[in-house]
Amino acid sequence: MPMVHEDQDRHKGFTRRILMLSCGKAALLSALVGRMYYLQVIEAEKYKTLAEDNRVNLRLLPPRRGNILDRFGVEVANNQQNFRVVVVKEQTPDLMATLDALSKLIKLSEHDYKRILRDVKRKRGFVPVTVKDNLSWDQVSSIEVNSADLPGASIEVGETRFYPYGANMSHILGYVAAVSEKELTGDPLLELPGFRIGKSGIEKYHDSDMRGQAGTSEFEVNAYGRVIRELARNEGGSGREMILTVDAGLQTFVQQRLMSELSAASVVIDIQNGDVLAMGSVPGYDPSAFNLGLSNKQWNGLINNPYTPLSNKAIAGTYAPGSTFKMVVALAAMKEGIGAFSHTAYCPGFMKLGNARFHCWKRGGHGTVNLIEGLQHSCDIYFYDVARRIGVDKIAEMANKFGLGEKVGIDLPGERSGVIPTKAWKEANIGEPWQGGETLVTSIGQGFVLATPLQLGVMTARIASGGKKVIPRLARGYREGEKTVAYPVPEFEDLGIPPEHMKMIYQGMDAVSNNPRGTAYKYRIKDEGWELAGKTGTAQVRRITLAERQAGIFKNEDLPWRRRDHGLFVAYAPVDNPRYACAVIVEHGGGSKSAAPIARDILQETQRRDPARTPAVPLEQSAEITNLVGES
Amino acid sequence: MGQQPHYLGRHNPEITLGQKLWQLNWGMIVLICMIASIGLGMLYSAANASFDPWASRQAVRFAIGFVLMITVALVDIRFWFRVSYLFYFGALILLVGVEVMGSVGMGAQRWIDLKFIQLQPSELMKVAIVFALARYFHGVSQEDIGRITFLIIPLVMVFAPSVLVLRQPDLGTTGMLVMASGAVFFCAGVRLWKFAVVMASGLAAIPIGWQFLHTYQKNRVLIFLNPEQDPLGTGYHIHQSKIAFGSGGVFGKGFLQGSQSHLNFLPEKQTDFIFTMLAEEFGMVGGLVLLSLYVLLMVYGLAISLRSRNQFGRLLAIGLTFNLFLYVFINIAMIMGLVPVVGVPLPLISYGGTVMLTVMVGLGLVMSVWLHRDIKISRHGVHDE
Repeated sequence: MPMVHEDQDRHKGFTRRILMLSCGKAALLSALVGRMYYLQVIEAEKYKTLAEDNRVNLRLLPPRRGNILDRFGVEVANNQQNFRVVVVKEQTPDLMATLDALSKLIKLSEHDYKRILRDVKRKRGFVPVTVKDNLSWDQVSSIEVNSADLPGASIEVGETRFYPYGANMSHILGYVAAVSEKELTGDPLLELPGFRIGKSGIEKYHDSDMRGQAGTSEFEVNAYGRVIRELARNEGGSGREMILTVDAGLQTFVQQRLMSELSAASVVIDIQNGDVLAMGSVPGYDPSAFNLGLSNKQWNGLINNPYTPLSNKAIAGTYAPGSTFKMVVALAAMKEGIGAFSHTAYCPGFMKLGNARFHCWKRGGHGTVNLIEGLQHSCDIYFYDVARRIGVDKIAEMANKFGLGEKVGIDLPGERSGVIPTKAWKEANIGEPWQGGETLVTSIGQGFVLATPLQLGVMTARIASGGKKVIPRLARGYREGEKTVAYPVPEFEDLGIPPEHMKMIYQGMDAVSNNPRGTAYKYRIKDEGWELAGKTGTAQVRRITLAERQAGIFKNEDLPWRRRDHGLFVAYAPVDNPRYACAVIVEHGGGSKSAAPIARDILQETQRRDPARTPAVPLEQSAEITNLVGES
Repeated sequence: MGQQPHYLGRHNPEITLGQKLWQLNWGMIVLICMIASIGLGMLYSAANASFDPWASRQAVRFAIGFVLMITVALVDIRFWFRVSYLFYFGALILLVGVEVMGSVGMGAQRWIDLKFIQLQPSELMKVAIVFALARYFHGVSQEDIGRITFLIIPLVMVFAPSVLVLRQPDLGTTGMLVMASGAVFFCAGVRLWKFAVVMASGLAAIPIGWQFLHTYQKNRVLIFLNPEQDPLGTGYHIHQSKIAFGSGGVFGKGFLQGSQSHLNFLPEKQTDFIFTMLAEEFGMVGGLVLLSLYVLLMVYGLAISLRSRNQFGRLLAIGLTFNLFLYVFINIAMIMGLVPVVGVPLPLISYGGTVMLTVMVGLGLVMSVWLHRDIKISRHGVHDE
């Protein structure tokens, strides 16, 4: 049967072909198994990690920023609960209806609506969108009460930095604000939306201490980013509570007292340990405003204000110290062997040097004066005379010892160093040789000399402490949980001034305030045991013309504010057993009579409160000194 | 003749319905049910431990498909022989119909909306083409196969539906049609050098064909060649599939525990990427078990084609088995990143109606070949014994 024969042939060929085909299939299936082995055994770990990365999202929990306390534990910066109402689109049947209902309770502007709808569109349906921030308690409760009519809306609690003392402490504390592009360091905490860091003052200087440790929350998310559940949570740690040297009560007094002037600054220092008890700068600003966000108008108002409210004049304002510089000149003179009593100068009201006449502030002159009388009357001629003998470089050497011409190293950002000129300094900075007349001008704290109010306060503290190198500070220590740590106070270095020289200075300053013929007798403290010893200063901001001098009718009050003299006063108290040093500068105050009464009131209030002798927050002395200086 | 005892595996080709039921290939049926059960389990998991919306509907489809498969198996193979061209032309007309009135879905014209079912004629064609070619080669003698003139008609039979499917455009189905046809040609005894010529010219035509591809198709190929490029864009699917696959490890994450699948990182997890989900939840062990079940099913198909005493049955069984192999291989290779993403489902497992029905009809035909293995069919379709 050919048919059957053919079929058998066909079957044979067919079987061979099927075998070949099956081999092909087997090879391909082996490739699949090989691939499975590669993916699921060899590369399994890699893909497991990738799957975990997909599944688990890490979210940083912002730590609670440490409070700032004054020396007695009074909160001067803290975190306040900030209530905001948010809306979750997914949970609202009708978003507009919910918003309209909310608007009846909390007033939403056209602009608010636009922003909310834009945010809702931009974010996924389950992400809460802020409707309104900083709700009052009344608004919160009205929303809670009406929650049935507000599907999808809910109240969330956040934290906002709050400064109970407002403008009274603005320059010490500084403020916090959102992180700018430049400030990003790669620390993911800084990239959290709404995270704030210190921008000035203590908030900036001790920012890393107060910031705390970020917590983490591990979430399982799906492919659309929706949180399915929380897997793990690490709360992190709150920031340190900074404890300042400042007495908030005294600080308030100082700032308020300075506000009798348009623009002024002052410091009060405990001469034993350098604690800055108060540091005022007028005008101030409200630091809380920065946290809530300033409007353009508010910001422009701050930066265009002629009295520069944003500048801490106590550390960043530099002024010619005027006659408050004379103690330094006197000490330099004594060091160079000029006797306080043995050497006298005759003051006819002016001194001739070459062709130029250098005037004393008093037209008729003081007659013959010695060092103590020179201080008491603030006789310019006496200081011209000794300065000419010792030269500018000796004065500068002494000025540097007392903290002038260099930063004193306070724990605040933005301190300025001022200027104490020397011959070399002028060559280097102005490119001209030193002129003899400039030595005379320097000796009365004019010309090139510039100092900050803090430097003058430190100078006074160093004088009052008998020549110790007092270093000021604003932070006493910190509290971290249960632990308290005090920043150690170093043993202040002795400046090597002979006590008998210091005694001359004390006599001179005492006479300024407590001798009826002293320049500040009018502004003395009359309470027994609280008397102050001080020194007046007037810093010209312009040269007095010859015509004005001859006319003799030049009154500061008649000049526009900008051209009036600065008024200065430095003082310590009590006179017999000094504890507090104080410096006051009144910008364009028209002379020392503007500053002296302020300094008197401040020192009187300081001694009344006596913060240095009142028990402050107890802090344990730490062994390590690692945190003496925070980041700068 | 009916009284003859069977020996050497040969038995009376004319048997009653009862005997047919008795002789049904129950081992194969058990395998099919096992695979389909695994599929239902995975669909249950894909819907996050719910029978809705996929598992319940797929179960109904499987039940319908099962009855259809048994019915098809019981029908005499001579009937199938007679209707094979009819079946082919019917499928071809439906393909043209898609071209004319098909609704647009997934960016490709693939479906005819018959209201109760979204019919995919290209799926039907996968069976029909094997049908038609088996019938054709059954009628061609060993000598004639060597002649090129006798290859013109079957080549046209393959070419017509391939072009129509390619126009839809559906690269994966076109590839399957061509390859399954190739397997029938191969087993029918077409000379090997002819395959070499076709393959060489096919390779040469690749640069020309590239121009005609759609952008998304080009992207799929490019992503395949360089999978790490753009893991969040076009390569997202395959990237996430590999992560899911690899992270399953040897033993998997456990039923309903696949994070990639349940957190929706894995795309299309109820259809094309369902094997990925299985591999994620049951690991390499699970994947190998399912693969072995498929291999056993294919071995049954091969054995049946070898045992058939008529060329039509042999070619039909081998062609349909090869079809099954192509489904399984292309799908699994695709989700593991071995071949470009072409949209080929996993038979009996992936969610989808037409595929389920055509695959089960195909398996029914293979069983019919088994039940009627000793029936002889003349070259022209007349029963001669």
